This record gives sequence, structure tokens and C-alpha cells, in this order.
Amino acid sequence: MKSAVIVFPGSNRERDMLSALEKITGQKPLAVWHAETELPKVDLVVLPGGFSYGDYLRTGAIAARAPIMADVKRKAEAGVHIMGVCNGFQMLCEAGLLPGILMRNNNLKFVCRHVKLETVNAKTAFTNQFKQGEVWRCPVAHGDGNYFTDADTLARLEGDNRVVFRYAEGTNPNGSLNDIAGIINSQGNVMGLMPHPENEIEDLNGGTEGRALFESLLEAVA
Amino acid sequence: MLKNGVLDPQGKAIEGALGTLGFPNVASVRQGKFFEVELDEKDAAIARATIDDISKKLLANTVIENYTIEIDEK
Repeated sequence: MKSAVIVFPGSNRERDMLSALEKITGQKPLAVWHAETELPKVDLVVLPGGFSYGDYLRTGAIAARAPIMADVKRKAEAGVHIMGVCNGFQMLCEAGLLPGILMRNNNLKFVCRHVKLETVNAKTAFTNQFKQGEVWRCPVAHGDGNYFTDADTLARLEGDNRVVFRYAEGTNPNGSLNDIAGIINSQGNVMGLMPHPENEIEDLNGGTEGRALFESLLEAVA
Repeated sequence: MLKNGVLDPQGKAIEGALGTLGFPNVASVRQGKFFEVELDEKDAAIARATIDDISKKLLANTVIENYTIEIDEK
């Protein structure tokens, strides 16, 4: 599986993502600078975590309008898999590739800890190696993860099984609607989540339960 | 609002994004903050003085920021 990670000024999880992708896919991913206008031919594009542009205006708002994003949108329409983690999820929402927005955590605190995630839909390209309803451990690190959208959109997301991950066992760290931690687009190729599966792939770091997400993508694009 | 001459990195970042989006006639952008404060006060002069005090003590840092006050009656 060929993959690319887009690097924005202020990204800080791109190395973790590059390292996780290389370890699990066995292929070195490409790092693409945000000022580029065309992506290489890849199976997966990742928007990494961090604080792109210092979170100016709104989190992910400036990055979502960076030069490379026009091609990210074209690739999304063409069916390429796109994943946004944390700040990347915020960018996908700001870019209109996913509905809703990530607001300030309801307790106004930056949260950096492990949570429990339930895989609500294990039939996506990003989750096929999880068991349906499986609860797994994953770290979060964000100040703006409080997923919000209007009632109609929320009903549609739930009705169409597009909530992929939910905070489980009372670990919702930010007050997100319906405990939403990750959602997918209607075509099933663009997914965003607040937690950091790329930081849960080695026992040294506390666990390997995040590997299933990358293994799912391997399975899906193979 | 930041005073003239004080660097506004957020405004500059927004200005850059507007250039990317294709608004060639945007000359510059500066970002400020907007607060709505409800007062339980009928006297407009006292209301203005109170908000001025609030602005100086908390909302604005007058080293780098200017502020303006508008009073609306409800």
C-alpha cells in the first residue's frame, strides 16, 4: 500500500504517522508539503495531528484551504482513501469532506490520555480488522475534539452507520455529540477521528490495539 | 483589535489563505475579538463606564490592543 502524509506548518504528529505506516505497511510513505499542488499516486492520504497554522481562525481552518487541499478533494472524489487524525479530522471538517465541526472541549481543558473506543461500524475500509462493537484502548491529545453538527446531519450520520468510533465506558473526554470519536463520508473513503491510533502500535508505547486500523486499510486496498 | 504596527500573525495567515482561495484584491486582514456583555444597568453613561473598566481590566491588553465600545439598549 502506497501512502502519503501531508505536512503543514505546525503539524507535529506526522513523524509518528510516517513511522506507523512504514512499520505496518512495509512501504515507506511519502511526506508531502502543504504548498504542493499535486499528490503522488497513492492508495492512502493522511492528514496528521498537530496545530497547523497555530490553530489560527479555527482549528484546521487555514490548513483546509492550503494549496494541496484542492488535490486532496479531487483524490477523495476519485475514491482514494483519505484519513484525518486529530488536527487532520478538524481539517476534513473545515474542508467540507466530512460534515460537522470539532469545537472546544466542553471542560475547556486540553486532554492527553488514553480513552476506550468502540468500533461502531467494522465494515469500513478503515475498520474491517476490528470486531463489530469491539472496545479498544487508544490515546487522545486535543483541546478541540467536541464533535458538533445539526440534528438532521447527526440523524443521517447515525442512520447511515457513518459513526465509525465512539468513546466507550464513560471515557468521552470532550463532550462530543453521541460520544462520537470518528466518522466516515457517505462514499466510505474519507474518515476522520480525534484519537491517535498511530501512537498505539507498539507495546513499548503501551499497546498495539491501533494496528488494526492500518491493517484494515492494507486489507481494503490490497 | 491589535494596534497598528503590532504584528498580527493570525490576520496574516488568513490573508494568505484568502490569496490561495483566489481573492486577488484582498489587501490585508487583521483579526480582532468581539464580546457581547449584558449589563443590568439602565443608565447608558454608567454602562459605558463599566464596560470601559471591564475592557481595561480584562478584555483588552492595552499594551498591544485598542478597543471600541457600542452600547445597545434592550
